[in-house]
Amino acid sequence: MRYSGFKVIKEALTGHKGWKPAWRDPEPQAHYDIVIIGGGGHGLATAHYLASVYGQQRVAVIEKGWIGGGNVGRNTTIIRSNYLLDGNEPFYEFSLKLWEGLEQDLNYNAMVSQRGIMNLIHSDAQRDAFIRRGNAMILNGADAELLSEAQIRQEYPFLNFDDARFPIKGGLAQRRGGTVRHDAVAWGYARAADSRGVDIIQNCEVTGFRIENGKCLGVETSKGFIGAGRVGCAVAGNSNRLMAKAGMRLPIESHVLQAFVSEGLKPVLPGVITFGAGHFYVSQSDKGGLVFGGDIDGYNSYAQRGNLPVVEDVCEGGMAIMPMIGRARLLRMWGGIMDMSMDGSPIIDRTHIAGLYFNGGWCYGGFKATPASGYAFAHLLARDEPHETATAYRFDRFRTGHMIDEKGMGNQPNLH
Amino acid sequence: MTQKNRLAGGQLDRDTTLSFTFDGKNYSGHLGDTLASALLANNVRLMGRSFKYHRPRGPLTAGSEEPNAIVELRSGARQEPNTRATTAELFDGLSAKSQNRWPSLAFDAMAINDRFSNFLTAGFYYKTFMWPAAFWEKLYEPIIRKAAGLGSLSMQADPDEYDKGFRHCDLLIIGAGPAGLNAALTAGRTGAHVILADEDFRMGGRLNAETLAISDMAGADWAAQTVAELASLPNVRLMARTTVIGAFDHGIYGAVERISDHLAKAPRGKPRQILWRIYAKQTLLCAGATERPIAFDNNDRPGIMLAASLRAYANRWAATPAQRVAIFTNNDDGHRTAQDLHAKGVKIAGVIDTRPDAPRALDYEVLQGAHVTDTKGRLGLTFVEVACADGSTRTIECGALGVSGGWNPNVHLTCHQRGRPTWDDDLAAFVPGGTLPPGMVVAGAAQGIFSTHGALKSGADAARKALGLKGRAPAVPDAKDSPVIQTPFWYVEGCSRAWLDQQNDVTVKDVKLSHQEGFRSVEHLKRYTTLGMATDQGKTSNMGGLAIMAELAGKPIPEVGTTIFRPPYTPTAIGTLAGRMRGKEFHPTRLTPSHYWAEERGAVFVEVGNWLRAQWFPLPGETHWRQSVDREVTATRASVGVCDCTTLGKIDVQGTDAATFLNKVYCNGFAKLAVGKTRYGLMLREDGVAMDDGTAARLAEDQFVVTTTTANAAKVYQHMEFVRQCLMPDADVQLISTTEAWAQYAVAGPNSRRLLQRIVDPDHDISNEGFPFMACGNITVCGGLRARLFRISFSGELAFEIAVPARYGDALMRKLMAEGEEYDVTPYGTEALGVMRIEKGHAAGNELNGTTTALNLGMGRMVSKAKDSIGSKLSERPGLNEAKALMQIGLRPVRADDKVTAGGHLMNATGPVDAAHDQGYVTSAAFSPTLGCMIGLGFLKDGGNRTGETLRLVSPVTDLTVEVEVVSAHFVDPEGERVRA
Amino acid sequence: MIINHPLLGPRDSAEFVYLGAAELMNRPDPETASAEDWHGYAYLRDNPAGVHRELWFHEGGDRSILIVTRDTTTHEISAVELARKPRAQT
Repeated sequence: MRYSGFKVIKEALTGHKGWKPAWRDPEPQAHYDIVIIGGGGHGLATAHYLASVYGQQRVAVIEKGWIGGGNVGRNTTIIRSNYLLDGNEPFYEFSLKLWEGLEQDLNYNAMVSQRGIMNLIHSDAQRDAFIRRGNAMILNGADAELLSEAQIRQEYPFLNFDDARFPIKGGLAQRRGGTVRHDAVAWGYARAADSRGVDIIQNCEVTGFRIENGKCLGVETSKGFIGAGRVGCAVAGNSNRLMAKAGMRLPIESHVLQAFVSEGLKPVLPGVITFGAGHFYVSQSDKGGLVFGGDIDGYNSYAQRGNLPVVEDVCEGGMAIMPMIGRARLLRMWGGIMDMSMDGSPIIDRTHIAGLYFNGGWCYGGFKATPASGYAFAHLLARDEPHETATAYRFDRFRTGHMIDEKGMGNQPNLH
Repeated sequence: MTQKNRLAGGQLDRDTTLSFTFDGKNYSGHLGDTLASALLANNVRLMGRSFKYHRPRGPLTAGSEEPNAIVELRSGARQEPNTRATTAELFDGLSAKSQNRWPSLAFDAMAINDRFSNFLTAGFYYKTFMWPAAFWEKLYEPIIRKAAGLGSLSMQADPDEYDKGFRHCDLLIIGAGPAGLNAALTAGRTGAHVILADEDFRMGGRLNAETLAISDMAGADWAAQTVAELASLPNVRLMARTTVIGAFDHGIYGAVERISDHLAKAPRGKPRQILWRIYAKQTLLCAGATERPIAFDNNDRPGIMLAASLRAYANRWAATPAQRVAIFTNNDDGHRTAQDLHAKGVKIAGVIDTRPDAPRALDYEVLQGAHVTDTKGRLGLTFVEVACADGSTRTIECGALGVSGGWNPNVHLTCHQRGRPTWDDDLAAFVPGGTLPPGMVVAGAAQGIFSTHGALKSGADAARKALGLKGRAPAVPDAKDSPVIQTPFWYVEGCSRAWLDQQNDVTVKDVKLSHQEGFRSVEHLKRYTTLGMATDQGKTSNMGGLAIMAELAGKPIPEVGTTIFRPPYTPTAIGTLAGRMRGKEFHPTRLTPSHYWAEERGAVFVEVGNWLRAQWFPLPGETHWRQSVDREVTATRASVGVCDCTTLGKIDVQGTDAATFLNKVYCNGFAKLAVGKTRYGLMLREDGVAMDDGTAARLAEDQFVVTTTTANAAKVYQHMEFVRQCLMPDADVQLISTTEAWAQYAVAGPNSRRLLQRIVDPDHDISNEGFPFMACGNITVCGGLRARLFRISFSGELAFEIAVPARYGDALMRKLMAEGEEYDVTPYGTEALGVMRIEKGHAAGNELNGTTTALNLGMGRMVSKAKDSIGSKLSERPGLNEAKALMQIGLRPVRADDKVTAGGHLMNATGPVDAAHDQGYVTSAAFSPTLGCMIGLGFLKDGGNRTGETLRLVSPVTDLTVEVEVVSAHFVDPEGERVRA
Repeated sequence: MIINHPLLGPRDSAEFVYLGAAELMNRPDPETASAEDWHGYAYLRDNPAGVHRELWFHEGGDRSILIVTRDTTTHEISAVELARKPRAQT
């Protein structure tokens, strides 16, 4: 069923009787060519591109709960490709390009909104670093714009210019960055994949891998054994837990990242703003809520909730940079579990077990990566070779010393 | 204007009349009123508009669960959007505006949406606005955004102050209704430290809203008497107007106390609100219950409210929305509203009870087994349509309808640590269950104990349990104790729209459509329909949505489950969570010992982390910073300059194993450093990447002073403690940070020794022979003041760093200036410091960026192979030792006037300019007054072998392309003769 | 969170800096360790959902590093000890 304005009008006039489930609810088959573990954004996107780009007919996504219930449903919805390093920038720029055509590709309005993202500059050293980054973005075919303090004043007059502990000295903008309605990404990919025959199997938990002679033959699940030619794992947040079932230790720790939304407000923010001298970034949703966040809590956690010190830290950053939000009320706080990798960059790679593939380590950058991650993982699963934009995301980069360390923090995951 | 709907009685101070305005119109109320109660008393039912359809709305409740009556309170910079009129205390001069309407509340043009509601069903926007592709951002989204949102911010900085504090107690009791009060009394009388917090401004909870008796007195009087006794106990702290917003780990609760929201203006020196972190050994949750509505067609008109709220307005606030009222209930509690209102002289037009065996009443008609099927009244209720048990229909005229579908325990805080509530069949409601936050017990209605006696008893029992009290329990005050059984009745089947979430306009139909489209988990339902995502977080609506979802799925409600309760319990001002950490107070400001002296000299300061450092010292007549900086550099290189470098991290390392320890943390050797000598040291992270550099001076066999960069001071100290405590636990070595203990100044330039000789006491020989390059030692200055002297140079000149106890720092700087007059001594700031270190080719923060190795920095040979040090092994990985690795180089523009930009990328002289052909990047750049042109440092592939090559420096983001020449990074004195002079 | 410091009693976790898994104390022997050992030490983690031994540095206090045994699913702390045991008094 195609969605369109016409269809909405037709259904409105005929009692909405014609709407069908957005995806089927099938029982698992005994064997698939490719089984993807994880019905989040990345897993569903992988399934979509496997079916639509790589012509895979027999694909299943298995999800222990409900699709879209992980980080794709609990993030701050930002998309951007403002990365510095060659291992990252082409990948994220590819992702941004996929976002730009997403609605037409999926026939689902995920509200991709290129409202722009602005990283504020507060010191000369930060300006130097942002110039280098902006140049790297442009040299990789992305867009970047360095703004002066005067330009920032004009575009964001409500920022704290007069009483700032760390004065605003400029900003690095990416106009093509922005926000997306996060849940709709999961639903849109699910619906599109389902329409091409992908089985999305919810409430089906993987309990183990069947591995014989170094080859993965399928997965044991709460709904029985499901055989697979290839198995792809895309369960960021729970990667270590899952891969431990295959006997693997990962260069990843799980950390909680909190995020926040305010009550609905009439429009105040034009785009995404990142405060470079505090832990605070913010955008405003189409519904009017200020969606904001900051740093991870900093300790290993699977609890999907954080603690007050970080809540306060984030709100302090908010008040420092835009003191007009003091009387806006925080409506809800929540926590998501991040796969914090050892260099802050993800992994899309084969494992040492034949037929078993891994996608994870997204830190808190997984949402914006969703389309490219799915595309690159689909490529890897279909062709058994890395996608050209994801060649650096290898497991063995730590062994060989080819880390992709955007923040320069080394092997301490909670600092990335 | 008269208070037409004001009744007798109530807990108001009738002697105090307060005037206020709503949408510019003047009204009056009394002390004790909320904005909502005062408006109802003034016969105003219409207070807001809904989010999507802009339906006219009045208050649904009398408390913090309110979805409808939300307003913009106050004006100017204090404008406070989305404020619940039901909890806003009235004060004289209060002004409020309705929101989300245009041009007026009574006539809202956007109400056109309501006509098109059939097109605007749940999730319609996911299915449309996709064609043409460019129109989403250009046309559709701007329209949607403009229409969305509720209240508006003033766009001005919040002028109020906020504060934060800590409190500790043996027992935190949340909620001061009958359970909480009796618990506090029980615990307080034992001497335990008790905090009793309640969101309301008057403690007592439902006792204030009811006509129930306790111990032969009115419940409200018992509450007041109990509060008075509690107030007399020194070990009990009463916190009214305090909302416990969240249950965090290990018994830490967040609580917001509203200090001056009920006043026209915060008293001088008082904050608006305080965020308390309450550290509770035990916690007793007595948060009560929230009444739940029944959905029926057009159940959202102003005048339709929860029955117990209607009763609360009548009993506590002596206000009624109308003089003729009907009740729609599925339980006995609804009848109490009818009785209480009747007793207050309000006409009861009828009680419509879904139960065929509903109790009869003498004073008014009860329609047994009947349902409300529809309502009328554009801006306020006028009639309800009733389907009677016999199949007939009735139209009842009334201005208000109280609806009761039973009660839901307020389990919110019990779920903040991701415990899930359990289903109670007798109550047809979720009650606390599963894993509660450790240390929490629940009592009263929050636990599903709905009778007054039960609440009093469970409060006392729970307090005793929490405190581990033994022995006989004291008697419980007499109160009504009838068991409460709730039979679920969620919605009346209809043909129009029946609202569940009144603020977000989610109807029964939306839930059905969501199910039809496969959004069948509670999380999908919430996200697809936005049910429960409004400012009330679904306190009155979630349960109905779940029940309908369960019915459609053919499952019992507990199998459908609940969405997750998340903090805060009620929306919390962001300003409160930030407290005082805003403006200049956002982070602490660290001042250097010479700060006030520098201020006197007119220095320009710059933020360096939390430090403020002098950036340059302008002289009269200098109009551009470059003039000052160039002068400072030139004067230092020509004679002598002084710079405050106290901000460099200083770590004292002592113990018999101090040398062994430093040998481990630095990649180069330190074991054989002689006493009285200083050595440059490079520290690696364990992954082999450079972490920081600095010097270590051996002042004694068992004492070193280590310096770090300003930026990494804390990190290096932490790293060294890790090595000491975790990797070398048996070594005899101790560390202490002395960054603040010593004021340290760089004295640089050919006359630096001569200047120092004027203050260093004569028994210390600081001649080149007696104190050669890299010497260090304890000395005295100015006639006996202990000091440390290091002959090290960052500028490349003959230079020293001298340190004195920080309290003498200001005096020493003044002394240096006075004694240096003869040499025209010049203070220099961080800019000149930076210029000189770039001229000398010293790496700093821009080069030590966390991705560069010793090899990249041109110090590959420093990594000793003769010993094990942190990072030495992993620095051998191939990726860090590639043949054409990045190497630090110097850069000069080919044309002397050209600019060199830090952050620029390096490309070959010819060929494509793109990422694939990137040769490196510029890390630092400055104008060198010594060379008369801009210079730069950078990293270049195979840089060690490309000296003399011409490259293109490109910086598209600053629109720059220039030709540069690769040169040695040591622009000044490459042989190092000056530092040894 | 509250960490019960063995020397100082209960302290708010905001006074501490989290350093990572206590496995970091088991640095490979530079004489005998293989490249694989070093890779495992520096980069691979068990990261359990459950009981986890980890290092917290009391930066805002006495600068002890503590080994905290904490459940990563509930945040419950079951044991706290000093990473560097005090030596016996002599």
